[in-house]
Amino acid sequence: METSQLRIPYFPGCTLNTTAKGFDTSLRASAQALGVELVELPEWNCCGATFPLLADNILDLAGPASVLVAAREMGERLAVACTTCYNVLRRTNLAIQTDEDKRQKLNLFIEAQYEGDLQVLDFLQVLRDEVGFEKVARTVKRPLTGLKAAAYYGCMVLRPASEVAYDDPENPRALDDLLMALGAEPIEYAHKGECCGSYLAVVSAQAAAEMTYSILSSAQKNGAQLIATNCPLCQFNLDSQQAEIGRRHTGYQTIPVLYFSQLLGIALGLDADDFDWEKHSVDPRPVLELVEPR
Amino acid sequence: MQDKEPITRALIIGAGIAGMQAALDIANSGYEVVLVDKLPSIGGRMAQLSETFPTLDCAQCILTPRTVEVGHHDRIKLVTYSEVEEVAGQVGDFRVRIRRHPAYVNWDACTGCGLCQEKCPKRVVSDFERGLGRRKAIYTLSPQAVPNRPVLDRESCLHFQGDRCRVCEKVCPVGAIDLEQEGNTIEERAGCIVMATGYDLYSMDRLGEYGHGDLANVIDGLAFERMLSASGPTAGKILRPSDGAEPKEVVFVQCAGSRDPELGVPYCSKICCMSTAKHAMLYKHRVPDGQAYVFYIDVRSAGKHYEEFVVRTVEENRTIYLRGKVSRVFEEGDKVAVWGVDTLSDRQVEISADLVVLATPMIPGGGTVQLAKMLGLHADEAGFLSEFDASMQPVETLRAGVFMAGACVGPKDIPETVAQASGAAAKVLSTFARWGKVAEGEAAARAEDL
Amino acid sequence: MKRIGVFLCHCGLNIADTVDIERVAEEIGQYPGVTCAVDYRYMCSDPGQQIIKDAIREHGLEGVVVAACSPSMHEATFRKTAASAQLNPYQCEIANIREQCSWVHQETKAEATAKAVGIVQTVVEKVRHNESLAPLALPLTKRAMVIGGGVAGLQAALDIADAGHPVILVEKEASLGGHAAQLSGTYLGLDTFPEILNSMIRRVQEHPHIQVQTQTEVQHAAGFVGNFTVEVQQHNSSASENCLSNPVTYTLDVGAIVVATGYELYAKEKLGEYGGGRYPNVVDGLQFEQMLALTGPTGGAVRRPSDGSVPENVVFVQCAGSRDPQFHKPYCSKICCMYVAKQAISYKKRVPQGQACVFYIDIRSAGKNHEEFVQRAIDEYNVLYLRGKVSKVFEENGKVMVWGVDTLTGVTVEVVADLVVLATAAIPSAQARDLAQRLRIAVDEHGFFTEAHPKLRPVESLTPGIFLAGAGQFPKDIPETVSQASAAAAKVLQLFSQRDMIQEPGIAWVDEELCSGCGLCIAACPYEARAMHQRLPVAVVHQALCQGCSACVAVCPDKACSVHNSDTAQMLAMLEALL
Repeated sequence: METSQLRIPYFPGCTLNTTAKGFDTSLRASAQALGVELVELPEWNCCGATFPLLADNILDLAGPASVLVAAREMGERLAVACTTCYNVLRRTNLAIQTDEDKRQKLNLFIEAQYEGDLQVLDFLQVLRDEVGFEKVARTVKRPLTGLKAAAYYGCMVLRPASEVAYDDPENPRALDDLLMALGAEPIEYAHKGECCGSYLAVVSAQAAAEMTYSILSSAQKNGAQLIATNCPLCQFNLDSQQAEIGRRHTGYQTIPVLYFSQLLGIALGLDADDFDWEKHSVDPRPVLELVEPR
Repeated sequence: MQDKEPITRALIIGAGIAGMQAALDIANSGYEVVLVDKLPSIGGRMAQLSETFPTLDCAQCILTPRTVEVGHHDRIKLVTYSEVEEVAGQVGDFRVRIRRHPAYVNWDACTGCGLCQEKCPKRVVSDFERGLGRRKAIYTLSPQAVPNRPVLDRESCLHFQGDRCRVCEKVCPVGAIDLEQEGNTIEERAGCIVMATGYDLYSMDRLGEYGHGDLANVIDGLAFERMLSASGPTAGKILRPSDGAEPKEVVFVQCAGSRDPELGVPYCSKICCMSTAKHAMLYKHRVPDGQAYVFYIDVRSAGKHYEEFVVRTVEENRTIYLRGKVSRVFEEGDKVAVWGVDTLSDRQVEISADLVVLATPMIPGGGTVQLAKMLGLHADEAGFLSEFDASMQPVETLRAGVFMAGACVGPKDIPETVAQASGAAAKVLSTFARWGKVAEGEAAARAEDL
Repeated sequence: MKRIGVFLCHCGLNIADTVDIERVAEEIGQYPGVTCAVDYRYMCSDPGQQIIKDAIREHGLEGVVVAACSPSMHEATFRKTAASAQLNPYQCEIANIREQCSWVHQETKAEATAKAVGIVQTVVEKVRHNESLAPLALPLTKRAMVIGGGVAGLQAALDIADAGHPVILVEKEASLGGHAAQLSGTYLGLDTFPEILNSMIRRVQEHPHIQVQTQTEVQHAAGFVGNFTVEVQQHNSSASENCLSNPVTYTLDVGAIVVATGYELYAKEKLGEYGGGRYPNVVDGLQFEQMLALTGPTGGAVRRPSDGSVPENVVFVQCAGSRDPQFHKPYCSKICCMYVAKQAISYKKRVPQGQACVFYIDIRSAGKNHEEFVQRAIDEYNVLYLRGKVSKVFEENGKVMVWGVDTLTGVTVEVVADLVVLATAAIPSAQARDLAQRLRIAVDEHGFFTEAHPKLRPVESLTPGIFLAGAGQFPKDIPETVSQASAAAAKVLQLFSQRDMIQEPGIAWVDEELCSGCGLCIAACPYEARAMHQRLPVAVVHQALCQGCSACVAVCPDKACSVHNSDTAQMLAMLEALL
C-alpha cells in the first residue's frame, strides 16, 4: 500500500521482550502499516541499562558498543524502541565518536574497528523525521477524535540534552504532535518532562509514589483521560504506582498509561488484541472504547 | 582666582595605587603633580600584597614599574613621610600646608645603600609586615621602596631612648644621618586636589568573639598576604606565628566584622570574598596536603573572571566553603578552635584549626575624616567620602576642584580603583584644559587691547 | 667585540626558586663578549636599575641584556635605564626567564637553569647585532571617536570635549542614552536618575565640541594610534523629508577611539526551564524596568502583560542564565542582585499589598550603600528572599507556577505567582564581536572586550589608541561605568597632550637594490603597511602602520625585506647560540 519502503535496523531491547511486550507488538505492527521495515538485529545483547554510564568504567561500555558494531554492519542508522536503550546506545556512540582514548580501548576489547559513525535514533524520532507526522495523519483510519491525552516524555530522550535530545528538553513537542496527528487532543500540563521517580521505586517507594502522583494528578487536572508515553520504565512506574497512590490519597481516580505505539496502532486501524493489555495495572480499554469504531 | 590665573598643578593626597595612577595620568598629560603620602615610600596597600586575583600576577611585579615611573617622573614631586596639615584657598588656588616628619636622614645626600639598616642594632616589630616580621629602628618599608630612602623611628631608636648608639651615623658612607633633624612644614599650591587616602583594616581588638587580636594564630588578611609574599617575613612560606609550624588546617572567616551593624560596620567590604578565595588557593599551592575552610554569608565574586576563580578554588583546590557565621574562635592546646554553623545543613561545625585568617572590614584610611573636615568634604557615618552624585558623579566631591578615587570613597578592588583614579584624573585634566583656554582667551583679548 | 653586560633578576622567588641564578651568572660570564654578569633580587627596583647604570658607565657597555620577566613588563623600564646612562635604549634587550622559563618549569630545576642560560645566550647574540635606533615622530589627529551613546559613551565624550578636544559620538540607534534610558531609576537614585540622564544627553547634544551621529555604525577602521581612519555608515542620515534615503558611508580621521558598546540581556527564550518567551507573564529585567518607568507604556503602573491586571505576587529569579557553566554563562552578571532589589522595592511602592519574592544563590550587594539597600528591601518592604535556584516556571490556570528550592530549610517550594521577572544574564551587545574584529581589539570567550591588564590597565585595549568603557568590557553598574568612562577619557586626554605620536623604530625596511617589486609583501602584511612605490618598481613601508611583525620578511623571495634589530643574520646567530 506504500510506495516508498523505509528499511531500518531495529533494536527492541530486553524490556520489550518482557514487561513491555505490548510496546513491541504495537510498534512493529504500526511500523509495517506505515511502510517501515524494521529489521531486528540478528543477534543482540542487553544495552546494560544506565549502569554503564554511571561510573567511568570503560569496560561497562563494551555491551552497548558491541550492539553498535552489529548495527553498523547492517547500515548507517539504528532505530531503538526503548528510551533507556536509546539513551545508553546514543551516549556510548557519542563517547566512541569523540573520545579517542575510549574508542581505542573499546575497539581493542571487542575486537572491532568502530568509529562511532552510526546514527542512533529513537523510534519516535524516526516517525517524526523519516516518516513524517503528516504522512501518519494521512494513514490514520480511525482517528482518536475526542480523546484527551497527556504526552509524557520522561527523562531518557531529553537529558542530558546536549547528548540525546532531539526535542526541546524544556518544552518537548514530538509526542504531542504525534497525538495530534492521530486525531487526539494533547493536553498542556507542566509535568510532561518531570522525572517519574522510577529509579527511586526501590529506595523510597514513598518518594516514587508522590512523584508519580504529581504527574498523574497534574495531567488529570488539565483534563487528560489517558497518559501516552514512549518510555517503558515510566510506563511501568506511572501505571503500577497508582494502587499505592490510591492508598495514600483518598478519592484518587486512576488513569490509564499507554505506549504511544498502542494508540498509533489503534488509530491506524490495526488489530489491537495482541497489544498485551493484560500487563496494564489500570486497564486502558474502557477509555479506548470512547474512540469511534472503525 | 578672578585676579590671577588659576594654577594648573594638582596635589594628590595618598600615594597608593589610586594616587599613583591619578598622578601619572595628570603628569603624563603635561601638568605638574605633588604627591603626598604619610609613609616613607609610595605604593600603599598594594605593596603589601602577595599575588593578585584573578590572574595571580605578583603584586610586586606589576606595582614596581608604576612606583619606579612615579619616582622618576619629571613632573611628579614626591612628598613622602608627610601629612597635610592645613588647606586654604579654593579651586584654582589651594594653598596646602604639609608637615614633613623628620627622617633623621638627609635624603638628598643618602644613596640608599642600606648600610645603616644593616648595622642598626635595634629590631622592632614591623607594621608593614603586620606584626609578623621585624625591621630595624632605621628602615625602609621594602628593598624596592620608592624613594629608596630610610627613616629613623625615634620611638625605637636607642640613641633617642637615651642609650649610646649612633651606629647609623658612624657607618653611613656619605654622612647622611642627621640626628638633629627637625620636622618642617612646606606649602604647596595647587589648582585641584585629589583625595586618595585608601583604607585600613578594622582592628581585631574589637572582635571579642574572635579573640580580640590576642591569639597568635589568628591573623588578618593583610598579615596572611605578607606571609604569602616572597619578599615577606617568611619568604612566602606558610608558617604559624606561634611556633613556625606549617598549618595543615586553615580556617578563613569572611565578614569578620563586615555586614555587622552592631559593630558599626553595616556595609560589605567588597574585596574579601575574592581575596579570601585567593588566600585559600595560594595556601593550597604552598601546602598541597593542607585543608582550607572558608566561612561565608554570600560569595560575592562579581567581576570579570571572578566567579570562575572561586569555582576553581572550590573544585581544583578542594577548599571547603561553609555558608554560615563563626560564633567563636579560641585557643585549645596548640590549636585554634573554631565554632560555626553551616546553614545549608543546619548543623553546628567545630574545626580544630592550626591557623585562622579573619577577613576584617575595610575602613577609610587613617586621617581621611580629618582631611575631609579640613577640605570641607562630606563623609558618611563610616568615614568614607561622599560623592557629588553616587550614580553619575562618583569621583566628584561636593567641593569644586576636589576629586577622589579609590577605597577612601568605599571599599573597592584594584581595577575599580585604577579606573576611578584615571576618572578623577580626567576631571582634573578637563578642569585644567578649561583654564588653559580661558587663559589663552584672556591673553588674546589683552593682545587685542594693545 | 661589542661589550655586553648581563643583568639577572631573581624576581624575589619567582625566578630564583626554580632557576639557579648564581649558576647562570657564572656561565654567562664566560660567554664571548659578556663583559659583566650581575644578579640582583629585584632588578626593576631603584637599586637594581642603579646597578645597571653603574655597570654601563664602569665597563663602558655597548649592549645590555636584562634576564627577567616578560619584555611586555619591563622592557620600557630598562630601556629608559639604559638611556639615562647614555646607552642607546635599543641596545638593551630583555631575556625572558620568568614566564618562558621559571614559571613553566618549576618541577625541573636543573633543566630550567640550563634553559635560562640558553635564553640569555640567545639574547646576547641579538644585542651583539643590534643597531642604535631612534623613535620616529608621526602626526597625531587630536579628535576622538566614541562608539556607543549609552552612559559610558556620553560620559567619555563629555570629559574629552570638556577638555577642548573634538569628539564624534557614534550611536547605532536613533536616540542617545542606551539601556540607561530604559531604566525607571537606579538603586542609588530611585527617582532622580531619568532627569539626570536627560540633562546629560542634552549637554552632549549641545556641546560645541561633540558631534553626535545617530543611526550610525562603524564599518571599517584602518590606521593606528593617533591616526585612525574610520569608515562609518549612517542610515536615514537626515530625519527630514525623505525617510527612506539610502545609507551614507563616509570616513572620519580620529586619533583615539573609545569603545562603549555596552550590554544586552541574554535572550529569555534560551531559558526554556523558565518558560522564557513562551509565557507572556514571564518577563526579563529590562521589560519590568519599562513597566516601572514613568515614561514607559504603562506610565509606571505594574500590569501583567497577559491581561493588564495588577500582579499581587511577583517572583524575581536571579542568576537566570548566569553562574551556569553547564548550560548558559559561567560568570556572574554583577548588576542583577542590585537591580532586582530595586525593582522589588519599586514594585512594593506601587503595589503595597503585593508580595515580592526573590530567588537567589548569593546576594552580591558589595558596593557602597548596596548592602544597606538590600536590607531595606527585606526589612522595610518585606521582600521575601529565598536562597535557592528555581527549577521550573510554567503557567497553569492563568497563574505562573514557580518551582524552586529553599536551600536554607532544605525544602522544595512552589510559589503561585502572577508575574515572574527573570534577571537574565548580561552579555556583550550583538555587534561587539564584529566591531572588535574591525578595530583589531581582542574579546574574551564570552565576547567581552579584553583590557590590556586586568588590574592596572582596565580601560585600555591591547591596541594602542583604543580604549574601553562600560559594560562591553564586563557587566558593571552605573557608578563603575561612569568612573571607567572618565578613565578612558583621561587616557585619550593623555594621548592628545603630546605634540606628535612616537613610533617604535623596530619596523621593516626595504633594500631597494634587492627588491624586484613582486608585491608579495603587500598581500602578506596584516597591517596594510606595505605598498608599491609611486614611480619605482619597488615596495615601500608605511612607517606609521608597520608593527614590525616580519610577515613581509618571511614571504620576500629576494631577501629584500628586513626588520630593524630583527634581521636574518641576527636570527641565525640567535639560533646558533641556542642549538
